[in-house]
Amino acid sequence: MNFDFSDDQKMLRDQARKFLSEKCTTKTVRKVFEGSHGYDKDLWKQIAEMGWHGTAIPEEFGGLGLGYLELCVIAEELGRALAPVPFSSTVYLFAEAILAAGTDEQKKKYLPRIASGELIGTFARSEGPGAVTPKSTRTSFKGGKLSGRKIAVVDGMDADFAIVLARSSDEAGERGTALAIVDLKGAGVKRRAEDSIDPSRKHAEITFDGASAEALGKPGEGWSITSNVLNRAAIMTAFEQVGGSDSCLAMAKDYAMQRYAFGRLIGSYQAIKHKLADMYVNTELARSNAYYGAWALSTNARELPLAAAAARVSATQAFDYASKENTQTHGGIGFTWEVDCHLYYKRSRELGLSLGAQRTWKDKLVTELELSNAA
Amino acid sequence: MDFEDTKEEAAFRAEANKWLSAHAKLRGSKSSRDDMEEMENGAAAEMAASKAWQKTKANAGYARITWPKGMGGMGGTPMQSIIFSQEESKYDVASGGPFAIGLGMCIPTVMAYANDDTKKRFVWPAVQGDEIWCQLFSEPAGGSDVAGLRTRAEKQGDEWVINGQKIWTTGAQFSDFGILLTRTDPNVPKHKGLTMFWIDMHDPAVEVRPIKQASGGSGFNEVFFTDLRVKDSQRLGEVGQGWQVALTTLMHERLAVGGGQGGGLDVKELMALARTLELEDGPALKNAAVREKLADWYVRSAGLKYTTYRTMTALSQGKQPGPEASIAKIVVASKLQDVSAFAMELEGEAGALKGADAPGNGAFQMGWMSAPGLRIAGGTDEILRNIIAERVLGLPQDVRVDKDIPFNKAPGGR
Repeated sequence: MNFDFSDDQKMLRDQARKFLSEKCTTKTVRKVFEGSHGYDKDLWKQIAEMGWHGTAIPEEFGGLGLGYLELCVIAEELGRALAPVPFSSTVYLFAEAILAAGTDEQKKKYLPRIASGELIGTFARSEGPGAVTPKSTRTSFKGGKLSGRKIAVVDGMDADFAIVLARSSDEAGERGTALAIVDLKGAGVKRRAEDSIDPSRKHAEITFDGASAEALGKPGEGWSITSNVLNRAAIMTAFEQVGGSDSCLAMAKDYAMQRYAFGRLIGSYQAIKHKLADMYVNTELARSNAYYGAWALSTNARELPLAAAAARVSATQAFDYASKENTQTHGGIGFTWEVDCHLYYKRSRELGLSLGAQRTWKDKLVTELELSNAA
Repeated sequence: MDFEDTKEEAAFRAEANKWLSAHAKLRGSKSSRDDMEEMENGAAAEMAASKAWQKTKANAGYARITWPKGMGGMGGTPMQSIIFSQEESKYDVASGGPFAIGLGMCIPTVMAYANDDTKKRFVWPAVQGDEIWCQLFSEPAGGSDVAGLRTRAEKQGDEWVINGQKIWTTGAQFSDFGILLTRTDPNVPKHKGLTMFWIDMHDPAVEVRPIKQASGGSGFNEVFFTDLRVKDSQRLGEVGQGWQVALTTLMHERLAVGGGQGGGLDVKELMALARTLELEDGPALKNAAVREKLADWYVRSAGLKYTTYRTMTALSQGKQPGPEASIAKIVVASKLQDVSAFAMELEGEAGALKGADAPGNGAFQMGWMSAPGLRIAGGTDEILRNIIAERVLGLPQDVRVDKDIPFNKAPGGR
């Protein structure tokens, strides 16, 4: 039994934590949260120089070729620090989609630029309220031209390229879906910044009007590639969520250890203790599920879809609980703009929605359980 | 990251299997039975089989793998102990349940505090299952707050005279000996006036009465002491040091690796049920609300399973497991209650039946009825949360109004 990260991976995690605790305080987060810039350019540049972007990108495409366990420990630290950089859009989604379905030529074209930090990518799926399904996908990709409208595209204002889930034929269900890679600075692309609950991760509406685009994967494979990429991204995001939960628990604990009420530290009241104990329990369960996801990701295990859904649901629940109860533990001061509680509260919900809502993932999870029982 | 044995672990597993297959038959499709249920029934034949199997293991050093050779062990590692349990569970052997408290808690306390003669007298018979021990701590007036106990021991010459009552004593009805925590001085604060003894459960001054539980079973007992006389040489630790001795006992509470306390009722069983049932809108397994619940409980079960893997990894690497090992019971007990209640919901009006009249022989009804006990026994959900908050997170202790005043002056003390 060796269900833990190696000493080297733990060392990488410690280095990442130390670096981010210095270079990415909540002051850094607030500069983006309260400002108009989509991300922190200095931080983005520095983590690119350390090679984080290319952690799981093979060396032949300019990456470090380390692996997914290494990427997961970095993700945990980015989540802990609420790092305001387009890392998840670029690395967990865009790069993963290229690695999963790109031609050799596409890999050569995009991956080295991702690894070096030059290219920001994103993945556009939703077109309106409700679940993203093959049926809800109306954006058309035919004859190399993309037309339609995508909403809530994370890092959409800053991305250079987007992968877009679209419809390539009138065939029903997933057979009619395809993916397109589009240059967001090209003709026929319009972008509008959208207001979001978490302005430390900016969102955009992107409208395509006959924009030139190249296919990623074959027509008819759009949905299956998307599902596969979302599964992988869900595991890495789960590590961000676990990191975020840890931060909330630490913050709540610190406050409970210094705030007095009725002549006692509030941390000595069972109402507070039990809340914090529950945060701890949920976070440890989520961490263990995320570990299993990391194992599945690093070995390309058959269990990956189930592991991903479990990691996703568990981590979303843990971060939601930890962030709202952190605010509650702080009382009134926790509801002020100046205190950081709301940064986590907003990030937890944003992360919980950006790859699809919990309900969607729970349904996937049970579908996977049905499949594994049938096997 | 992998789930494989190290070379040494694989060799030990093979060796254990070789020994097991020479001494027992594979279990086949029969599922492993729940400890709690077994203790409730505790039939005589079952007990004889348990004792026989325990003796076989003790002679081979498999009864207490981590203990020294010659004491029923082989000087092995905690990981070897886990591996043996994993392999043993595949065989159709009698439960080691009756010995769990004695070997897990009482005998380690005897080993830590008794003189050599006493150790020589008790350790080996307990390890090979000839003598069973129980732990006499909880009282009607002291459950979560054990140190609030009132059973009095008074010194008379070279003897102590004990009067009082214990409760929730698991296995007292078939125990030969027990470790007993008493109050020897009510004039000092509650933690300072306690003293520990070992006692003979067959003494006529000890009366064991089974408690009929809300679930219908009787695994626990009340134990009454009326002028029970014990020698001063039966004292474990110094007079007034009973609380420190009790902490040693509780510290030895075995690492519940492998869970198992859910009575085998979890997501898998709930899915199997949902597959067979029709609701208003079609098959239960296709119902969105059912699926959402299944997913909620699955992530808690899986989270616990992989938390156990993390604990085992630490043990495998010769490290102390982290505090995450402490979360299991909080998660398992309330999940059992929720899963069972939800299964009964799916069964609809038939869910109110039990036993052979109920769907699936009433497994979920049984789980639902035992769950309240599981949430209380061995530390209530609330006490376990306090423990996590104080020992893992480092939050301050609750204010204890009786901490520094004599026990007989404290509210509720006497």
